Formats: sequence, C-alpha cells, structure tokens
Amino acid sequence: MERKFNIWRGSAEKGEFKTYSIKLERGMVVLDAIHRIQAEHSNDLAVRWNCKAGKCGSCSMEINGRPKLSCMTRMNEFAEDDSITIQPLKTFPIIKDLVTDVSWNYKQNKMIPPFKPRVKKNGEDHVMYQQDVERIQEFRKCIECYLCQDVCHVLRDQDKKERFVGPRFMVRLASLEMHPLDRGDRIPKIKNEFGSGMCNITRCCTDVCPEHIQITDNGIIPLKERVVDRFYDPIMWIYNKLFGIDTK
Amino acid sequence: MDYSDIQTIEHDVLVVGAGGAGIRAAIECASKGLSTGIISKSLLGKAHTVMAEGGIAASLGNVDSRDNWKIHFRDTMRGGKFLNQWRMAELHAKQAPDRVRELEEWGAVFDRTDKGLINQRNFGGHRYPRLAHVGDRTGLEIIRTLQDFCVHHGISTHMECTGLDIILDGGKVSGLLAYWRETGRFVLFKAKAIILATGGGGKAWKVTSNSWEYTGDGLGMAYRAGAELMDMEFTQFHPTGMVWPPSVKGILVTEGVRGDGGVLLNSEGERFMFNYIPEKFASETADTEEEASRWLDGDREARRPPELLTRDVVARAIKKEVEAGRGSPNGGAFLDIASRRPAEFIKKKLPSMYHQFKELAEIDITEQPMEVGPTLHYFMGGIRVNSNSQQTNVPGLFACGECAAGMHGANRLGGNSLSDLLVFGKLAGDGATDYINSLSGQLKCSNEEVGKIIKGATDILNRENGKNPYLVHEKLQNIMQTFVSIVRTGEELEAGLNKLQELNADIKKISVPASAQYNPGWNEALDLKNLIVTAEAVTRAALIRQESRGAHTRLDFVGEQEEGLEYNIVIKRTDSGMSAEKVRREDPPKELADIGFASLAELEGGGIGA
Ligand SMILES: Cc1cc2nc3c(=O)[nH]c(=O)nc-3n(C[C@H](O)[C@H](O)[C@H](O)COP(=O)(O)OP(=O)(O)OC[C@H]3O[C@@H](n4cnc5c(N)ncnc54)[C@H](O)[C@@H]3O)c2cc1C
Ligand code: SF4
Ligand code: SF4
Ligand code: FES
Repeated sequence: MERKFNIWRGSAEKGEFKTYSIKLERGMVVLDAIHRIQAEHSNDLAVRWNCKAGKCGSCSMEINGRPKLSCMTRMNEFAEDDSITIQPLKTFPIIKDLVTDVSWNYKQNKMIPPFKPRVKKNGEDHVMYQQDVERIQEFRKCIECYLCQDVCHVLRDQDKKERFVGPRFMVRLASLEMHPLDRGDRIPKIKNEFGSGMCNITRCCTDVCPEHIQITDNGIIPLKERVVDRFYDPIMWIYNKLFGIDTK
Repeated sequence: MDYSDIQTIEHDVLVVGAGGAGIRAAIECASKGLSTGIISKSLLGKAHTVMAEGGIAASLGNVDSRDNWKIHFRDTMRGGKFLNQWRMAELHAKQAPDRVRELEEWGAVFDRTDKGLINQRNFGGHRYPRLAHVGDRTGLEIIRTLQDFCVHHGISTHMECTGLDIILDGGKVSGLLAYWRETGRFVLFKAKAIILATGGGGKAWKVTSNSWEYTGDGLGMAYRAGAELMDMEFTQFHPTGMVWPPSVKGILVTEGVRGDGGVLLNSEGERFMFNYIPEKFASETADTEEEASRWLDGDREARRPPELLTRDVVARAIKKEVEAGRGSPNGGAFLDIASRRPAEFIKKKLPSMYHQFKELAEIDITEQPMEVGPTLHYFMGGIRVNSNSQQTNVPGLFACGECAAGMHGANRLGGNSLSDLLVFGKLAGDGATDYINSLSGQLKCSNEEVGKIIKGATDILNRENGKNPYLVHEKLQNIMQTFVSIVRTGEELEAGLNKLQELNADIKKISVPASAQYNPGWNEALDLKNLIVTAEAVTRAALIRQESRGAHTRLDFVGEQEEGLEYNIVIKRTDSGMSAEKVRREDPPKELADIGFASLAELEGGGIGA
C-alpha cells in the first residue's frame, strides 16, 4: 500500500512542503517512513534520531500539527486515506528540513545553579527513602525531547524566551528544589530570572509529554507556591525575618 | 591548497564522544586543570548511554552484604571466560562502588532499599543483587547527572561535531579534524592528547540494539592512526531483542525482566533454559523450577535460575530452540513476566519496557508474554590500551568505554558496561593528564594531513553518479548478518571477508551530490569508512580464533580450547592491508589468579585475596 507524506524541506530562509509516496509495512512508525524516504528518494533529508524506542528524545517533530516523538508514532494511528504532514518544531529556528536549532535549551540549563548536596555524616552513605525520592524521580524521567517547550504558548506564540525558561526547565528546577539532599536555594531566581510567573497553567505541556510527567501539577504549581510563600505571604515573611529562618 | 585559515579550536585534551565514558573522562581532565573539549555526533545527552536500562554493577553490598569486590571480580572473569585483562577487571571491581557513590553526590537518584540505601537488582552472571538502578532507565539517570555536572566545570562541549581523523606529529597525537553537521564545515582541533570514547560498531549488523551513531568511528580513526585493535571477534548478541513488528526488530528488552523474575518459554510452554546449563556453572545454578522459584522469593540458600546465565549461553539457547522448531510465531522465544509478577510490580520496576511493548507492538506485558530473540548489542573488543593508563600504542591517544578492549574478555556481564565507563573514563582522564604533564615541545598539525582528510570527505559530494550510501550500508549489514553471525564457520567467514572486500570498492564510489549542510547521506557515507574497517576486523579475528569461547561460537571448532587462553588477537594496519595475529597473554598476577579461580565460600569468608 502506497502512502503519501508531505514533508517540510528547506532551511530557515526558504522552504516548502514536498510530497513523497512510499510503501508501508506492518508495524511501522513515522520515523521508519522518513528513513525509507531518505533511503529511496532523498538521501540528504535531515532528521534527528537515536534510540528508536522513546528513550533519547531526539526525534521530536510536528506530525499533522501535533508535537510528537516520531519513533513512537505508529502509522496505524492514522486512517488509511489520511495524508500525513510532517514539519519541524515551530518554537525553534529551522536548521534544515526536520532539524531545528535547540541550543537555546542548553543555555537555559546552564543558567540553573547546580545541585549542592549536604555533607555526608562521618563519610557514611546518604540515607533517602523511596517515598522521599519518588516525587523527583518523576521529574528525572525527562528525556529532553523539548515537545513541552515547543507547545508552550509563552515560548511558541509570544516568543518570550528571554523571560521564561519553559516547562522543561521548571521540571528540572523542581527536581533540584525537592531533592532531599540538596542545600541550594533557587527560589529567588525561579521568580526573577526563570519566570515562574509567566506560566498561566494551561497544561498544554503536560498533555504532550511522552514521559507522562505531570509537569504543571507536580512541578510548576508547587514551585509557584514556594515563590508565593517566600515573597508574597506577609506573615510568613515577617516570621522568617524575625527568626532568621531559611525558607527553603 | 592552503588550509591555514580553517576554523581552529585549541584544547589541552580533546575527548571524542559524549557518552558516560567521554563525559567522565572530560570531568577528570577539567578537574586537573586541563583545558578540555568534548565533541559528539549527536546532541549532548543523546549518546548510547542514555539508552541503558537495567543498571550499573558495583559491589556495594546494600542488598546482600556477602558481596565484595573479589566476588564481582570473579564473576567478571568467569563471564569473560578468563580472557579479560586481569588488571582491568581488578581496577573495575575495586573502583566501581566509589564511582556509583560519586554519582549520587552529583545528584543521581537511584531506587532505594527499605533502609534508604541505593537498591540493587539481580542480573545475569552476577552472584548477588549488584546493579544499582532507576527502574529501567538507569542510563538516562547517569548521563543526565554527568551532563548537568559537566556544564558547570569549565568543559567546552561541541555538539553535532563529528571527528574524521586523528593528526599526528612525529608519531605523537597533535590534533583531530572534524566537521559540524549543521554547516558541513570543517574544524581543526589542536590537542596534546585525545581520548576516544566513541562506543561500538553494532550498525554493521541488521538486527541490532544500536543506533546510527555506532559505526565504529573510534576504531576506524585509531586504526588509521596506527593504534591496535584487540578481541574484535567477541561481539555480544543480547538474547532478548524485540522480534516483532519488523520495523523494531532488534530493539532491546532489558535483562532486568529476567532479573526481576521473567522466564523464557518455548512454543511448548517449556522453561527450556534448564536444558542449557553449562558444566562450569552447574554447581551455582538451580536445576529445578521449584528451586528457581524459591530463589525468586528470596531464599538465600537457593541457587540462581538458569535464565540468568551469561548472555552468550542464553542467546545460543534461544537460537537452538528456534532451529528445533520450538520458536514463537515470529521466530523468537517467549519471555514471560506477566504470570510471575503482579501488574503493579511490573509497571513500577519496568516502566519503559511496559511502554515500549504497549506502543510499538501493542502488547501488554502485564498480561501477555513478549516475543524475543538475539540482537547484536555490544563490542567486547576495541582499541587496545594499557590497563593502567588507558593509553594506546600511539603516544597521546587514549581510549575508554565501549570502544576500548580488555575489560570484558570474551563476554560482558550486564551492568558491567556502565561501571566500566565511569571507572575507565576517570582513569583515562588521569592517564591523559600525566601524559600531558610530561610532554615538552610544540606539536603541529600539518597542512598536508589536513588537506588529505578534507579531500577524502569532499570527494563524496563532488562525485556524480556513484553508489547510494544507504544501500551500501544495507549490503554491509546483510553480509555481517549472514556470514559473521551468532554462530560462525570458517567457510562462512572466508566468504564474508571476500564480500566485504568487494564492498570496499563500492564504498570508494559512493556519491551524495548535494550540499554538505546537515546532510545525513553524506554523514552516512563518511561513517561507512569506519564501519567497513570494523566489520573486516571482526571477521578476520573470528577466522583466526579456532575455538568457541564466550560470545564467539565456531560450529567447526566446538568448545573452548586450552590454547585459546594463551593469546588475544590483535589487529593493525600494515602496508599490505589489515593484519590480524595472535599475541601472547601475560600470566596473571598470582593474587588475582587465586581470586579468579577460588570457590565462592572462600571469597565470602574473605579468606582469599589481597
Ligand atoms: C539499549 C541498550 C541498553 C543497555 N543497557 C545497559 C545496562 O543496563 N547496563 C550496562 O552496563 N550497559 C548497558 N548497555 C551498554 C551501554 O549502554 C553502552 O555500552 C555504553 O553506554 C557505552 O558508553 P560509551 O560512553 O562508551 O559510548 P556512548 O554512550 O555510545 O557514547 C558514544 C559517543 O561517541 C560519540 N561519537 C561516536 N563517533 C564519533 C565521532 N566520529 N566523532 C565525534 N563523536 C563521536 C557519540 O556521538 C556519543 O556521544 C546498553 C546498551 C544499549 C544499546
Ligand atoms: S502550563 Fe505553563 S508551562 Fe505548561 S504550556 Fe501552559 S503556560 Fe506553558
Ligand atoms: S518534560 Fe516531558 S515533554 Fe518536556 S522535555 Fe521532558 S520529556 Fe519532553
Ligand atoms: S529516536 Fe529516541 S526518542 Fe525517538
């Protein structure tokens, strides 16, 4: 059975959708189809991938308008006569074809103050219980596919990249702030530099996360609450000042 | 032509590869005050290490306090059929626990025991629960921890930058020429030392758990620079890759499934592994289902189930069952955990396996068995290095991680790779530091060398009407899958070698007439130059080793030969092409031999060994 694919071809300056038609086999995912097009029709079609099993977060793209991992999107999800339109992530500049420049994300990551563990007692191993780490293990499942970054309207439509690090890095901040061993304090930065106030809890990021991380409810909202507790709760503020309590 | 205006970046040390081994090496170099750069073909954090599932082996003794480095060492040597470099296996077993603790200190969050310590799971060939893990996404935890740590330690990371060849000055390393995928432009790295951490070459086979990056680049670059390769005949076929649907054939199913209780069944519903227990392991393996079940329930006196025998044994057993007509519908065996463990347990301990099967094969592993079969997974062989410094025979050239040889001998135990990356990544960093500190004089990258490499790479773009790189790659994969497979014969290997030599001519005629900017076809063509060296090295070594040992099985030479322990096969480049020869092994240090050949009781009591 032949299927038609409309794939974005081109660079940041100019490009267009081109149509390719290939034969499908049972069990194929969208990335397989792209590889077949690459081998049979267009050797230089640019696409990123690595694991082909949803583990590395390389193969993100927009398939019929939905941000998805192409290696985990099965062809039988689409009706037989659907044509399939594939384009690169919209939020980041196109390098070529389906590949975008995601370096902005790496810059955000670097701005985050690193993990700062408490000192071990007499050199003994750290003790942390499973129930205490489960919360951050959820955040640490992130494969950095940047689908959430792609879909967040603050970055996508408003292009406020200089004011908000985006859901991926809110999740990373949450994993540090809630780490049982961490002694860092990132709350002022979360408010001022990382832009926790920019998020208006639409939950679009959570909807597209392939790791099913509850980005908004478990990550961003608790961080927003910590910011509020620190900066806007007058009673807490006076109390903390009086008793010199570190509000982490 | 004059290439003096080419983009040039200078570091003391350049690390090639940003998997666990490369990043750990870079961290060590930077911490010693060296200016350190690291390059990788993919984005940072996407290397193979991210795909590792089951865990990292270290004798922390958190779950079973009888464990210690000597037993880990003994397991590693037995798994490697005693062909490992003794000293490397020793360093690894001794240092792995510290490397794991260090990760925790850098922010990694492993699963915990009831007492709040790092939890450890069972794995094939490991006597005790030894693999620190995070569900079945251990590699992700490790690479993310290293990545987040390294960006704050003054290391320059150059992503999507592929190394082409090493440049020497008077026999010593002086630099490396690479290109940026994004623009296709060339860049010259000047460096006093280079650490290769490029991983294996699994993409030479059709059915493999490896990604496009695994084209043996480090092996090819080292070989052309005059370094030696060793143990190339030992290619590990992991027993459990997915077999259906066809498009995902080869994708890995972690050994953690068996470690957590999964069993292998044939089409008659028989737990066939009981029929394949090798003599050497018989005294330590359960011989009834009843005993195996007791072991699963935590009986410390019960012996381990046969599903947890080493990978070479399990992979061959599945192949035999299929050949005897007792395979599953799609040509594999059944791997069943659904009937052994509650759904909640499976989803908790093996979440990504649950996902993978649900989404790619439409199978719910908490209700149905999986279908699995052997898949090319790992290279025990690679670049030959000094066991202590990780330096090759080329001054200034180091190697660590999967691209280096010696640690795993004839067969690697699961979980021993992630620990290998960290232990030898660090040691390679130490080795490179010592080397650089002892270096005097200026090194140069000659215009002529640079020009040669650039010409070789750009010819592909300028050639009209040549071969399609994807089809040439497919041909190479078919050759290796057919002639250099999980069981081998001299005749097939000879035939394979001839075909590879014919294919070499095709590789010289590849053309991708397009721009060099983010052009996967061109990238593939460049990778093939390394993949063919890798494939030829495996085939030549496999021909010479006339015995069956570990992952290398010869139908025409059944069983281990005593003489087989006396040599390693070393490959190098000569004027007349690739040479492969047997090189005599040194006798093991007495104290290590005592531990390696001791009984378990002796080691648990702490009576034997240093
Ligand atoms: C699916 C899967 C599951 C696994 N599970 C486990 C497990 O549970 N436990 C375990 O111990 N082991 C496991 N392994 C094995 C283990 O993950 C690998 O052996 C290990 O990660 C290799 O690490 P590395 O640092 O040597 O190389 P990698 O992590 O593969 O990194 C190689 C790096 O080199 C770069 N590179 C390659 N060529 C070039 C070039 N020419 N120029 C520039 N850069 C280059 C790549 O871009 C990459 O950054 C698993 C492997 C797979 C595939
Ligand atoms: S919930 Fe917040 S971070 Fe997520 S998409 Fe909406 S605005 Fe963006
Ligand atoms: S949080 Fe989810 S969607 Fe966002 S980058 Fe991580 S895995 Fe992708
Ligand atoms: S290729 Fe790794 S997530 Fe798709």
